[in-house]
Amino acid sequence: MADDSKNVDKEIILSCDNLTKTYTSGLIRTKTVIGAKDASFDIKRGEIVALAGESGSGKSTIAKMILRLIEPTSGKICFNGKDIHSYRIREYYKWVQAIFQDPYSAFNPFYKVDHVINRAFGLREDRLEGSEKKELIESTFMSIGLNTDEVLGRYPHELSGGQMQRLLIGRSLLIGSQLLIADEPTSMIDASTRAGVLNLLLTLKEEKGLSVLFITHDIGQAQYVSERVLIMKEGEIVEQGSVHDVFTNPKHSYTQELLGAVPSLYEKWDDVA
Amino acid sequence: MAKHILEVEDLKGYYRGVFGVVRAIDGVSFSLDRGKIMGIAGESGGGKSTLAQLVSGSPPPLLHHEGGRILVDGIDIYSIDPEELRTEVKCKRMSYVPQASMESLNPVKRIRDFIFDVVGQRTGKRVVSKERKKEVLRMATDHIKTLGLDRPVLDRYPHELSGGMKQRVVIAISTLWNPKLLVIDEPTSALDVTSQKRMIKALLNLKQLGVIESILYISHDLTSLRQLCDVCMVMYGGKIAEIGNMDETINDPLHPYSRLLTAAIASYDSKGKRLQELKSIPGSPPDLRTPPTGCRFHPRCPHAMDICRTKEPPMFMFKEGERGASCWLLDSKEA
Repeated sequence: MADDSKNVDKEIILSCDNLTKTYTSGLIRTKTVIGAKDASFDIKRGEIVALAGESGSGKSTIAKMILRLIEPTSGKICFNGKDIHSYRIREYYKWVQAIFQDPYSAFNPFYKVDHVINRAFGLREDRLEGSEKKELIESTFMSIGLNTDEVLGRYPHELSGGQMQRLLIGRSLLIGSQLLIADEPTSMIDASTRAGVLNLLLTLKEEKGLSVLFITHDIGQAQYVSERVLIMKEGEIVEQGSVHDVFTNPKHSYTQELLGAVPSLYEKWDDVA
Repeated sequence: MAKHILEVEDLKGYYRGVFGVVRAIDGVSFSLDRGKIMGIAGESGGGKSTLAQLVSGSPPPLLHHEGGRILVDGIDIYSIDPEELRTEVKCKRMSYVPQASMESLNPVKRIRDFIFDVVGQRTGKRVVSKERKKEVLRMATDHIKTLGLDRPVLDRYPHELSGGMKQRVVIAISTLWNPKLLVIDEPTSALDVTSQKRMIKALLNLKQLGVIESILYISHDLTSLRQLCDVCMVMYGGKIAEIGNMDETINDPLHPYSRLLTAAIASYDSKGKRLQELKSIPGSPPDLRTPPTGCRFHPRCPHAMDICRTKEPPMFMFKEGERGASCWLLDSKEA
């Protein structure tokens, strides 16, 4: 896109270097499954990078390694120039937060949603109290398009999927995270409200300089929201580049096949019927 | 022979339970021509699956058929007795593939044994003799080939197959008897784009070979409907918002709901990024226990007028009945 030149100087927030993860099972006759193989990529500050591929291609394995939920077999991940395993875990989660596919599973159904928001303050260093806390919640919610009266004091089942997903994004903003790992954040939300979440990510990128790793199998969403895209197949990143280049002029044969299978609203497949 | 393969007249289907009465389908009328593929689109809670369950002739326990008729190939399926419904409609004329049906394969049986069971049920004679088994296997092998599957699939257990293969096996089993109408609910929503495409190709192939005549295809995914269907029906709040030619519905929607729905979809475009911003539809679908008065979409509609709040819009028809939408905005434009 037009601001490619500007992107060059942006500082790198996360870099993955030859990331490999193999899962081994069995004691004597072992069986090895490759989760990710030699994946290398960077995410810059204020950039949305899409990680696209079919199910089983290793997208979530990458996300879990970045979130320190599983250890890579080999390779290195650096956050702000330092190995992610050198951070204390509390400190790391202050900077890196995640939202997942099913927003309802992130909330305890017996507590009001306020509980999750209040606990987020535990990760902040300034111990805010009373009115200051309330003000901060209100201003944050305002920026993500949520009305505090509509959301706070309610139970998870009373809110819609879109509201919950926004709430989780809001939560990571309250913590002050710089990198958001969004693993299929819209796949359980209806098409009519999906656009709201995508637009929110775009606004936060512009206004707050938030970096996002947007994991999706939906090529349309990847094209809409991101600047750069990584295409994964069987644990390997087969192609990466700017959204425009990869999606209009795919080089790798797998990318071509994948894009050829994506149904579009505006064009009909010519090789069918 | 009836003119339409499927005719639905003023259909009403309510869920009744401790939660009250949910008017999930409230006065739906349409017909499907022979040889056409109709897609049903809309948000969750719009009544798409409920409609399919009613058309299938065996609604789940809490769902009740409350009025209106469904004619499958001219047979009113709610006025005949259950045995006749089974033998005449379900075993001959119509197949229903429900949502998540790929999980319905028996995990402890090979696909071929499962097929023997199904054949046994349909013909009333168990498949036991060697010759009969061979015969059924030959028929099944020919049939699965049309769906792009190979012979070895029949010897596998369900867990050895991928999601896309399981889905195609289920479709193969449900079309063994060349049903005239296939009702299929969200077959692609759990699949990857490449298996999705294979699936859609397989369905079109079945239709071209004359195995099935017409399809009623339910999906929330407008982009895949666009690739497959001739006619599109957009549902909202248990009613039809818009019905008509698929391409025209996407390119020039009549109802504000279909317009907003198409504008909310992030679709891939091989020519590069579309610059217009996606917009979500404010609000959420209505609670159908207490549906809004007048037009059911009015609380979320940007063009809502006074009449929308009080009076329910009828279906306005255009292009000699080929397209229609129920919205008061079209009142003056009717041709």
